[in-house]
Amino acid sequence: MQSRLPILIFALVMAAIPHLPGMPPFWIVLLDNIGLTALVAMGLVLLTGVGGLTSFGQAAFVGFGAYTTAVLSTTYGLSPWLTLPLSLVVSGLLAVLLGLVTVRLSGHYLPLGTLAWGLGLFYLFSKLEFLGRNDGISAIPPLSVGSFKMLSPGSIYYAIWVAVILSALLTMNLLDSRTGRAIRALRRGHVAAEAFGVQTPRAKMLVFIHAAVLAGLSGWLYAHLQRAVNPTPFGAQAGIEYLFIAVVGGAGYVWGGVLGAAIVVVLKEVLQSYLPLILPGSGQVETIVFGIMLVALLQLAPGGVWPWLMSLLPERSDGRKPDTSLKLEARTRAQSQSNVLLQVEKARKQFGGVIAVNNVSFDVQAREIVALIGPNGAGKSTTFNLITGVLSATSGSISVLGKKVDNAPPQEIVKLGISRTFQHVKLVPDMTVLENVAIGAHLRGHSGPISSMLRLDRADEAKLLAEAARQIERVGLGEQMHQLAGSLSLGQQRIVEIARALCVDPMLLLLDEPAAGLRHMEKQRLATLLRDLRDGGMSVLLVEHDMGFVMNLADRIVVLDFGTKIAEGTPATIKTNPEVIKAYLGVAA
Amino acid sequence: MNTTIMLFLLQDGITNGAIYALLGLALVLVFAVTRVILIPQGEFVTYGALTYASLAAGQMPGTAKLALAMGIAAFVFDLFVARQALHARLIVRAFLANIVLPAIVLAVTLYFAGQKPPVAICIVLSLVIVAMIGLYLYRIAFQPLAHTSVLVLLIASVGVHLALQGLGLLFFGAEGQRGPAVLSTSFAAGALRFTGQSIAVYGITIAFIVGLWLFFGLTLYGKALRATAVNRLGARLAGIRTSLSGLIAFLLASVIGALSGILIVPITTLYYDSGFLIGLKGFVAAIIGGLVSYPLTAVAALFVGIVEAFSSFYASNYKEVIVFMLLIPVLLLRSLAAPAVEEEKD
Repeated sequence: MQSRLPILIFALVMAAIPHLPGMPPFWIVLLDNIGLTALVAMGLVLLTGVGGLTSFGQAAFVGFGAYTTAVLSTTYGLSPWLTLPLSLVVSGLLAVLLGLVTVRLSGHYLPLGTLAWGLGLFYLFSKLEFLGRNDGISAIPPLSVGSFKMLSPGSIYYAIWVAVILSALLTMNLLDSRTGRAIRALRRGHVAAEAFGVQTPRAKMLVFIHAAVLAGLSGWLYAHLQRAVNPTPFGAQAGIEYLFIAVVGGAGYVWGGVLGAAIVVVLKEVLQSYLPLILPGSGQVETIVFGIMLVALLQLAPGGVWPWLMSLLPERSDGRKPDTSLKLEARTRAQSQSNVLLQVEKARKQFGGVIAVNNVSFDVQAREIVALIGPNGAGKSTTFNLITGVLSATSGSISVLGKKVDNAPPQEIVKLGISRTFQHVKLVPDMTVLENVAIGAHLRGHSGPISSMLRLDRADEAKLLAEAARQIERVGLGEQMHQLAGSLSLGQQRIVEIARALCVDPMLLLLDEPAAGLRHMEKQRLATLLRDLRDGGMSVLLVEHDMGFVMNLADRIVVLDFGTKIAEGTPATIKTNPEVIKAYLGVAA
Repeated sequence: MNTTIMLFLLQDGITNGAIYALLGLALVLVFAVTRVILIPQGEFVTYGALTYASLAAGQMPGTAKLALAMGIAAFVFDLFVARQALHARLIVRAFLANIVLPAIVLAVTLYFAGQKPPVAICIVLSLVIVAMIGLYLYRIAFQPLAHTSVLVLLIASVGVHLALQGLGLLFFGAEGQRGPAVLSTSFAAGALRFTGQSIAVYGITIAFIVGLWLFFGLTLYGKALRATAVNRLGARLAGIRTSLSGLIAFLLASVIGALSGILIVPITTLYYDSGFLIGLKGFVAAIIGGLVSYPLTAVAALFVGIVEAFSSFYASNYKEVIVFMLLIPVLLLRSLAAPAVEEEKD
């Protein structure tokens, strides 16, 4: 986790600014605006930059926050402090409603969907009678503490920046936690996260609500700063602007949102006040220049300004090793006398006319290494996906410890103690090895988002990280623990995936081509590790092309060809099986 | 409500829907080939419409100068990219395409501007001017970003939209304009009166749908564009110049946008910022069409047009709310129908 010192310094600087002698009041107004914008941008950082959900609709949530307090504090005369939680709740509840529809959208439907309801809500704001139609609502009471009324931009300044800094802290705490890792895994697709028990729709909903509540907070502050609201600042243009603020600052970084807000607000102000001096008599020039500068900035630094600034700083390694003496409770195991861990019976998978897996049956016993081999396209990975619930079988059944689990989702399969790796590595490249592996222990932690934000999760978190560190050392990657997963070689990334799967505390490990890309010595080390795991009571089912590796390791081999099982037996019998030789070499030798 | 009103609303809806269909097609085309969600599509509409209206009214449209300015910028970009291997032929070619061409068009525009030229000349000039703007726009703004994520492209697209809309205000002022009808005949069928203009709208929409279908189905360029859409890298390995595909997509989109503008400016008054909303409705249609299907987009656009016409009759206050909220059930259906797929494009 990051050091708190820079944030403390930042807070002190912000607190001191209004007291600087000769500080123009206008700068305070600008800083107020930056703070309001930064709150929304911060939500977008989490939603878009980290979670991968692009939203054009955030301005609407600012509107919900602003209109809620406007209506309640004028029409019903409630105190602004009472309307604060109500504004946040309204934004959050509407986020749940809109989110139910929106977060399930895939790919490009999502941003376009948010654009659509962003526009629709804007028109709704400007047409509804009780929101004052296009004129909006005025004479909103100011915030007050006792008899002190925050009437000037200088007095509400503290309220705004306390909100910004607190929100930034809470958001950063959230990202650096069990829930945060699940959120950060979202952007790389959901199959890997779901294989370790992450409820991806719930995680998406969570970031959606978080972003909406931050926007609602900004709206509440805005209403009491302006003391009037009208629909204009909550339209689609504003929604688009918030998004590009996040992108300009650096969409993956909480402070990028604040920086982006500062850059854009100041840039607009400078353009508005100085351009007419250079090019007199032309009204809209600042929009033109602003648009052009935006495109130019993206061409020069497509990742945003914050990561670019950070890369100028000397590299700081945050390499504290977790305290591995902490023990994580073992996964609760189902009571069973059965010696058959996995039973696949006549499993069949059709994709249209193609039969990828054709009535395949086999089983995996306790303390056994079973290999699934076959030429390319034989249906091995599809079989893995059927077992782990990524795909649902067309017919047939799959049982774990004697209980049928047909078509259970991946999150349920992993709870039974079956964990897996992927043929195409699915790690989050911009997370460290440690964090990636800790996703494997997701189900063995308990802290939710609220306790993570408030840092009440530290004991739980330390145990999770300790377990992750133990498994990383077990697979022999202790040196690389704090490197970014994307910087490792492909072979090492496969080993990281094994460590992640081990974090589940599984009874059965499914490995999809674990030896691909490994050097000879690394393969031997992997074989030793797998034998040790078996001797420790675990079973392994692996898909592998390296025959030498398989023949020396497996207790039993199942051979698939064109989706059909053609042989099963010990390595010795498989080696001489004429069907197998024919499948691999084309003719009976 | 009687049948006449209903038929009238239906006719109105179909005319608007046809325009949305054209814009929706252009959006789908550009997105498929370049991954750019073309928010400035609306500016192509207003530029086309207002250039046409200005020319017809005997004024000099600023867009012709903009085309030359953007051409010069594109020339500089071309030279900068090729700075390692400059040779005379390349320079001459870039000079001809980026500077001589818009200069000639500017000269022709200046020649005609004072004398209220016939409608046909106005149309051709407007189309050529906006087409050049579209081409240079891709070269300057989007080609350098072609490798980045959809999100970055989208934000760039917003920047371009802002700049072009500001320029629109500069060129055409805040006043709205109307242009002369493209076809001024009219005839009646029962209670309905068909103007030549609405016939032109239908005819051109259908011609474009068929034309695009033929272009993508039968020509080598069309197939190259489709290949780029499916797999950029693969297309490059097969020898397709993907930047050329992007240029063609933008060329088509700007021509379609300008044409839509020319078709509607005789029917409704257009302002410098009208394009955004019109383009967004084309968007709604394109999204309903899933950003991939041309025929579905066309049908959806007609639907959007008709819904708009009816809601402006029954609940004119909530016209826009209804049109944009229309998307939500559609998106819901789409996400229920299409199972979640793995996406890790970054």
